[in-house]
Amino acid sequence: MNEPGHEQQSAPGKPGEVETTGHVWDGDLREYNNPLPRWWLWSFYATVVFSLIYWLLYPAWPIAGTYTKGVAWINYEVEGEPQRSHWNSRALLLRDMQTGDAAVRQREFLQVIAEADHDTVLSDTDMLAFVNSYARGIFGDFCAACHQTGGAGIIGLYPNLADDNWHWGGTIQAIEQTITRGRMGYMPPYRETFDDQQADAVAAYVLSLAGHEGGDPEQVSLGGAIFQGYEGGCYACHGREGLGLKSQGAPNLTNDIWQNIDVTGAQSHAERQALVRDLILRGVQREMPAFGDRLSPAEIRVLATYVHQLGGGL
Amino acid sequence: MKHETIETNAGLLIALTLVVISIGGLVEIVPLFYIDDTVEEVEGVRPYTPLELRGRDLYVREGCYTCHSQMIRPFRDEMLRYGHYSLAAESMYDHPFQWGSKRTGPDLARVGGKYSNDWHVRHLIDPRAVVPESIMPGYPWLARRDLRYDDIERRMRALRIAGVPYSLTEEEFAANVERFGEETARQLDITRARENLEAQARRGNYDGDPSRITEMDAMVAYLQMLGTLVDFTRYDEGYFVEFR
Repeated sequence: MNEPGHEQQSAPGKPGEVETTGHVWDGDLREYNNPLPRWWLWSFYATVVFSLIYWLLYPAWPIAGTYTKGVAWINYEVEGEPQRSHWNSRALLLRDMQTGDAAVRQREFLQVIAEADHDTVLSDTDMLAFVNSYARGIFGDFCAACHQTGGAGIIGLYPNLADDNWHWGGTIQAIEQTITRGRMGYMPPYRETFDDQQADAVAAYVLSLAGHEGGDPEQVSLGGAIFQGYEGGCYACHGREGLGLKSQGAPNLTNDIWQNIDVTGAQSHAERQALVRDLILRGVQREMPAFGDRLSPAEIRVLATYVHQLGGGL
Repeated sequence: MKHETIETNAGLLIALTLVVISIGGLVEIVPLFYIDDTVEEVEGVRPYTPLELRGRDLYVREGCYTCHSQMIRPFRDEMLRYGHYSLAAESMYDHPFQWGSKRTGPDLARVGGKYSNDWHVRHLIDPRAVVPESIMPGYPWLARRDLRYDDIERRMRALRIAGVPYSLTEEEFAANVERFGEETARQLDITRARENLEAQARRGNYDGDPSRITEMDAMVAYLQMLGTLVDFTRYDEGYFVEFR
């Protein structure tokens, strides 16, 4: 390693020569000693002044168990009582939520919608525009994970919200209730109850309810007897005519809309029958979480209105 | 000390550089340990149950924190999307905390209860099966692998040394009963860790397969409790401002 040599600091002699620090490396490498550029130096002083003002205004220096709070303050309200706090991001948020322009306008709109009746909201273009833009954000974050961005759901997992067929009811009130309290969808598995022949028969009957022809008439009539009788008891939830029961989340079996199995995508009657039979044997268990603790009643109203209009219906 | 002495002595230069740059960090971090209001006084925050703790370890093992933060900042947009801003108290038993510094995926500080167990299982196995636009990788092995928990006591003991109130002695247990109530204190008892873990996995059946305890059970149990401990309806809007 080459130790630096040393010589006297040199002042510039001729024009164009620069002062050096006097350090010499490897025999002939010298370090210039240029003064800092003026603009840089003054910027530096300016940041020092800025920090002094900052310390004065905002929380800055720790002192024992507390800290200097600064002289900037924020006014906000708690339960109608005016409060004042030194500047901090929590108070700032509170003020922003209470008096910020966008927050106030949003709150006023939410309030109007929360107080209006459902039909008024649906027929008022301004309200509907607000509903659609506000609810799209909530839907994207809370609902789309399961029901998908456009609300089409996934067959076998999450119901389609974009059509007019509803398990638990498609009125805004019913959807509000679904969102607030969540739902537990349950159809018992009939694995222990039915033998293969019986399951096949019930499947044939269910398909006939939906208008699929091609089932063995004997199977259909046996299936009907099981469906309507004590043995199957299917009518208790799906109804005598297979129209479903919204209070139980039991789907209508007559409209050929299938949320749990892809019947319409199946190629043959035998394939359709196998899909329905397997579903009967394994049962259905689905859960939608409750959002009553996460969303305000007004937000739920907005969201329910949005979901209702995706496909309409009752 | 002369400029030249430092400049020609690499060891000294390194030592002094470290001193200078650590001052910035120390000034910002150290006071938080002794300023009284850093950790808010709030009901409900408790250490993790053994099953949740294992889930948290898996969360760290899989590197979830590299894409997901657990820190809702006090901004209006974050509040509208994720819920109440995170409190220091909510991560007081985290070693290390999972605040994160980058969001490729969404914040998870309040993901607990937002989606069903079934959804989490499907989503962790194959994210695009439920969210087509997702770019998250799948973690299918969580559902296949049995959860290892023969060392759960040792994990809890280690955290106890770091200051988490898991109890070993009768006295510590009694103190936990006083502080968290009997039911929670039982969960924090290291001597009962294994039975607690098994019982919670059985009761919760997080992965939908009651016959075994998988890593998925632990992961979902952890995700489903995130951000659910504090009941914010019990505090008025201004309460948490007072701690700043």
